[in-house]
Amino acid sequence: MNGVHDMGGMHGFGPIDPEPDEPVFHTQWEARVYGLASAFGAVGDWTLDADRHATETIAPHIYLNASYYEKWFLSMHTLLLAGGYVSEEELASGKMATPARPVEGVLRPAGVEDYVHDASLSSRPAGSDPAYAVGQQVRARNTNPPGHTRLPRYARGRIGTVEGIHGCHIFPDSNAHGRGEQPQWLYSVRFTAQELWGAGQPRRTDIYIDLWEPYLGQVDTDD
Amino acid sequence: MAETDHHHDHGEGSELPDIALRVKSLESLLIEKGYVDPEALDLLIETYEHKVGPRNGAAVVARAWTDPGFKKHLMEDAGAAIASLGFVGRQGEHMVALENTPETHNMVVCTLCSCYPWPVLGLPPVWYKSAPYRSRAVGDPRGVLEEFGTQIPEGSAVRVWDSTAEIRYLVIPMRPEGTDGWSAEQLAELVTRNSMIGTGVALTPEQLEASQQA
Repeated sequence: MNGVHDMGGMHGFGPIDPEPDEPVFHTQWEARVYGLASAFGAVGDWTLDADRHATETIAPHIYLNASYYEKWFLSMHTLLLAGGYVSEEELASGKMATPARPVEGVLRPAGVEDYVHDASLSSRPAGSDPAYAVGQQVRARNTNPPGHTRLPRYARGRIGTVEGIHGCHIFPDSNAHGRGEQPQWLYSVRFTAQELWGAGQPRRTDIYIDLWEPYLGQVDTDD
Repeated sequence: MAETDHHHDHGEGSELPDIALRVKSLESLLIEKGYVDPEALDLLIETYEHKVGPRNGAAVVARAWTDPGFKKHLMEDAGAAIASLGFVGRQGEHMVALENTPETHNMVVCTLCSCYPWPVLGLPPVWYKSAPYRSRAVGDPRGVLEEFGTQIPEGSAVRVWDSTAEIRYLVIPMRPEGTDGWSAEQLAELVTRNSMIGTGVALTPEQLEASQQA
């Protein structure tokens, strides 16, 4: 979706403001939100892609003003309600009013270390050969899907060069919407700053973007 | 984790009224419904607050600086090389190491959200997740480096890596001069978090000494 989360190349957000000696969490509630979302990941039936999409659908004026962990809190609400884990009434009251949805694998203290070290690979066996080769020029498609996508707006329609192939990976555009993993080839594509932002950009400045095959087309086609 | 006015300056304040209360209320609801175990929650938080952080990544970099065999392994298969030091887990499943050289400077961003290699760098700092960085890292990377006060060698190419997929990038900064004969443990002290994101470079021995005296 063409949301405010897709920030590459936007202007007007002001200076970057690094905080010296920044703590991992600034407040107790940030830490609790982090812990809740992570722990719920052990039982929740949503995917990382659905989680990202829930964050993208936060209203733009709230998205831009909310802190990172507030966004986590809001997207968690969306996913908890959508999955039928809690009701609106329960979220408002903080009290259980309906039976819990049966879940398996509730994270216990003894399981935390394994859980943290668990790898959740997004790579999948390939069902075909890659359509593009390293060194080949490709054009990122000019496409504007209303749902989740990881093709940033700033790359759409632009020509880049395939610099690497990462293998086949879960396709976020389908996985975020419950349409399955539909693994696709994932490429590292290099775009020059001049191609992305126009003449006058410094030379020898390149942006590498990881793009799935359905995001790419031949250079001699328009889309 | 003291609540101070400072965090408001850094975008981690509260846009939602009563956020602390609302989080508490959500937590008690999820515990009451049996979805989360509060002790597991405490442990998870403690892990990311104290055990997983940029010291892990610094150990990887220092090892690469001192052990050519490890360096080769790291550049060819970063995931396996990093796992051999015990740094594995969520948000570090598909690692790629990017080596900074006198010719090329690498810098990492996630313009669409806040993807970051947790097992080696911990949870991301606020600035990394902020709109100013996410918007400008790809549009004006050299300006961003300047804003960080980061000098890169004259004529360097700049490569920005937008983490749009599940590939996670770790920048291997250049080893500072004047560190011949240093142990990996000593060298790791020079490796800052920002030098592994690419918005900074490794500290010089003089900078390290000054920071330790401060």
